[in-house]
Amino acid sequence: MLSILRTVGEVLRHTFAPRETIQYPEQKPYLAPRFRGRIILSRDPDGKERCVACYLCSAACPVDCIALQAVHGEDGRRYPAFFRINFSRCILCGFCEEACPTLAIQLTPDYEMCEYDRSKLVYEKEDLLISGPGKYPGYNFYKEAGLAIEGKDKGQAENESPPVDVRSLLP
Amino acid sequence: MPTIYIDNRPCTVAAGLNLLQACLSSGFDLPYFCWHPALGSVGACRQCAVKRFKDEKDTRGELVMACLTPADEGTRIAINDPEAVQFRAGVIEWLMLNHPHDCPVCDEGGECHLQDMTVMSGHTYRRSRFPKRTHRNQDLGPFINHEMNRCIQCYRCVRFYHDYAGGTDLNVFACHDHLFFGRFEDGPLESEFSGNLVEICPTGVFTDRTFKAHSSRKWDLQTAPSICPHCGLGCNTLPGERYGELRRVRNRYHHQINGYFLCDRGRYGYEYANSDRRIRQPLQVRRGQAPATPLTAEAALAQWAAMAKGAGLIGIGSPRASLEANFALRRLVGAENFYAGLSEPDACGLETVRAILTDGPVPSATLQGAGLSDAALVLGEDVTQTAPLLALNLRRLRYRKAAVMAAGFQLPVWNDAGVRELAQLNLPNLFIAAPHATRLDDEAAGTLHVPVPELLRFAQSVAAVLDAPEAPAADPGDPVTALAWQSAQALLKAQRPLVVAGMALGEPALLQAAAAIAARLKAMGRGAELCLCVPEAGSMGLALMQARALTAAMARGAADTLVILENDLWRRSAPEKVKAWLAQARHVVVLDHLATATTAAADLALPAAAPAETAGTWVNNEGRAQRAYAVMPPADPARSSWRWLQAMARSAGRVDLNGWQTIDDVAAELARTLPPFQTITELTPAVTVPTAAGKLPRQSHRYSGRTAMNAQRDVHEPKPPADPDAPLAFSMEGFDGPQPPGLTTRDWTPGWNSEQALHKFQGETAGLLAHHDPGRRLIAPAGKRQSLQMPPPAASPKLAAGEFQLVPLHFIFGSEELSMAAPAVALRAPKPHVGLGPDNGFAVDGQAVWLRIGDLLTEQIVRIVPGLAPGLMGWPVGLAGMPPIVLPAVARVEQ
Ligand code: SF4
Ligand code: SF4
Ligand code: SF4
Ligand code: SF4
Ligand code: FES
Repeated sequence: MLSILRTVGEVLRHTFAPRETIQYPEQKPYLAPRFRGRIILSRDPDGKERCVACYLCSAACPVDCIALQAVHGEDGRRYPAFFRINFSRCILCGFCEEACPTLAIQLTPDYEMCEYDRSKLVYEKEDLLISGPGKYPGYNFYKEAGLAIEGKDKGQAENESPPVDVRSLLP
Repeated sequence: MPTIYIDNRPCTVAAGLNLLQACLSSGFDLPYFCWHPALGSVGACRQCAVKRFKDEKDTRGELVMACLTPADEGTRIAINDPEAVQFRAGVIEWLMLNHPHDCPVCDEGGECHLQDMTVMSGHTYRRSRFPKRTHRNQDLGPFINHEMNRCIQCYRCVRFYHDYAGGTDLNVFACHDHLFFGRFEDGPLESEFSGNLVEICPTGVFTDRTFKAHSSRKWDLQTAPSICPHCGLGCNTLPGERYGELRRVRNRYHHQINGYFLCDRGRYGYEYANSDRRIRQPLQVRRGQAPATPLTAEAALAQWAAMAKGAGLIGIGSPRASLEANFALRRLVGAENFYAGLSEPDACGLETVRAILTDGPVPSATLQGAGLSDAALVLGEDVTQTAPLLALNLRRLRYRKAAVMAAGFQLPVWNDAGVRELAQLNLPNLFIAAPHATRLDDEAAGTLHVPVPELLRFAQSVAAVLDAPEAPAADPGDPVTALAWQSAQALLKAQRPLVVAGMALGEPALLQAAAAIAARLKAMGRGAELCLCVPEAGSMGLALMQARALTAAMARGAADTLVILENDLWRRSAPEKVKAWLAQARHVVVLDHLATATTAAADLALPAAAPAETAGTWVNNEGRAQRAYAVMPPADPARSSWRWLQAMARSAGRVDLNGWQTIDDVAAELARTLPPFQTITELTPAVTVPTAAGKLPRQSHRYSGRTAMNAQRDVHEPKPPADPDAPLAFSMEGFDGPQPPGLTTRDWTPGWNSEQALHKFQGETAGLLAHHDPGRRLIAPAGKRQSLQMPPPAASPKLAAGEFQLVPLHFIFGSEELSMAAPAVALRAPKPHVGLGPDNGFAVDGQAVWLRIGDLLTEQIVRIVPGLAPGLMGWPVGLAGMPPIVLPAVARVEQ
């Protein structure tokens, strides 16, 4: 008897409790920026591609669904000639983002990317590259690196001395 | 064999090692930078510190540099002593003070010894907040990229380039923490061995510049054991492929051949495989009368079947095709219709080499053996240009001599700084006689620059001194007999004398003379060896097949159907004769991977797989057969030449070649048919699966992009291509255990991502690979003929004023066919020119002269060739843009 009453009580309590279920797709849930959804490639604060085509994300990817090719531009920057993610294989594990030394590749809170045709889930660089820095506004890899690029000569990176004069023997 | 105690574990090591070698050979990990197995120790980096204890009771111990401390009997050391660990962590932190934040954009990343050692020493976070010193880079030419910020001042580059390879244009400049490693000014590195800096430098200062145009990481390259196709020495290589493109060549260690090094032709010539000149489809060429039209493989074979109906087939083989391809052609056309596709001088020279090595008493030297000789005589060959790695090994003679002296001073051989001091004291017993100065002359104790007849007289005099050692020099005022006396005395004193000759001058008499000198030394009980240089990777294989030369085929008159295998006949005989002969033939079919003048003159051109795309056996100049495996599958419809030839036999209605399933079947039939090749079936494990776990993977376990690299074409991953011709798979999966030598697809072990991982594959550092080296010698000296007989003296040609005898000039970059299809190598090749000696009285460097050679009148730029003997004019061999001249010839300068 007691258990029946308790059951009825529970039912009534749940009837008037606030709903967890929402009316998706009319309503959307809140997703934190750290949510692991659709992958993007970001740009640095100068608006240049952040990805330096180091291949670390593709090496970290447990399902091997990232393929890219590095090229070296006239301006001294290294960047991917193509960058492809096969989202029909991606398990959104975020290892690629963990591996990326330039904060270029980022997972976003967007997950609405279903397709009937698997081949439409193959994203190229044009589909991945966004116009801003994404979650990490400040970081600019080339400001830290020793490589000279257009507009930043040797010795002009963060915390660098001017280039050595090899012909001087002064201390 | 002393026993030492490392971290309290007794280890028996070879005698005469230092502690670093002992630790590495016993399987311990100990970080190091400045030591290199081929360069020895200098103690510059202080990274290899260990604790040494006096005895079991000693608990304090002292820090010593492992690379500079002998591994004596009973030595007790600790690698993981806390003080030693802390010391090493401190050293790496100092070395990293100025290191740029470059790993993601550094081509060394992922195979960087500095990365490995940093991780091994436990330095993970940068604490220093001081500014980093920076450097400007130099343009070092098409082979090497320079990024000086990354230097850790280990001195390996200078020790290799300057001390080991004899280069003069790379050195260390400035002082204290401003040290700069580079050239005095921008410009291409001059040494023929500059590419080794890529592997010698433990950081990303020197990286492969051709690789930069298509960078990949080491783990992303598909690699397989291969043999260098660019000269006759058979150096072992490890080419890498990605996205269907050959991307670089790395050294593959072979104890007795190339050791740790390659020459720049072998390292940078690979881009022929990606060349625009590749034939990718069967082509109906119509002898250049109309534009070529692509055909399917079936249509091409149907056309061939119609051609093959005629009376006779003639097959022209090639010294740049594998043994199996040549043999398949021989089977298709019949032994009596098979010709070697060699020029007359090459065929004659190769037959001489074969006869000397198989019938004579003197064994041929391995490259390593050449470096261990204690006196050497080079007769007529500019080895730096024709057999580059032999030149690098001959440069070791100085150290070999110093090492012997070092023993007297109680100085261990690995003590590089000490041994190098001794090596400076005197020149090694190296004597070079050639028509002009060679790049090796700076190492020689005596040189002679004279024309061929004088070279023969020189050889005669050497033999005469060997026959009567007590007699004084015949005529001390005559440079020929004087050097002959000096070099013969040195050879007589040597325990292990070496005589080097080759085919560069197209003069078989020089080979015979070299053999006769070596045979005399052998008869005197010396451990004499012969090193005879042959021009191409397949030359020696063809020599052992004993096929006739191209001219013999041409002498048969108009052919019915000609099948030409991977050969540009324009390089083999007088072009107008070749042209006329091909025009007379009813049908011409050419199998090749590069478009050449010969493919343009064919009816049908079939796309053969390039050497990096097919398995094949190659015999090097010492007579060692080695198997190369495909690094990547040929892109359909290209296929291995022997498979084309088999398909051609089948379409012509023959069934006798149908039994060949794999390359091993071809090799087995070759072994049964031709006696010299009897043992080639034992070369490698059978191509059937080597273990229950499957084939050996060509891709690393970290190979990336498998599910994305083809996804733009098809989202379903393709099945990996099968490879019936190798115990290797085009896959990441398969047998993951130790790979047998000769089948090693990578130099990698956990924690050792750079090529320094090699010591994990060797019995001891710088020793044999897992206790044996791949390949098998097909030639043993039978001693049937005591070839003491010197060739008859040659008469010097009578030259009028203004006339010059043409001598071949060989160039490491420019004379070889395949490497010239690689843009970086082509950039280093000389422009067309003729060579004249200094004080020639006719022209200065850079001057244009008109020359009449036979019927030909041509204008050429003169380049001064140091030491070129008077009366001689150097004629670049195989250089694109030179008018076709068949040597020997005489040129007259027209005023
Ligand atoms: S999220 Fe995971 S599976 Fe997807 S691309 Fe990144 S690493 Fe690969
Ligand atoms: S890890 Fe980052 S920088 Fe490197 S290739 Fe991937 S996205 Fe580009
Ligand atoms: S040299 Fe090595 S440690 Fe230095 S940036 Fe290059 S990969 Fe990184
Ligand atoms: S350039 Fe490379 S090899 Fe030379 S000292 Fe620097 S780190 Fe060592
Ligand atoms: S390796 Fe011993 S000091 Fe450098």
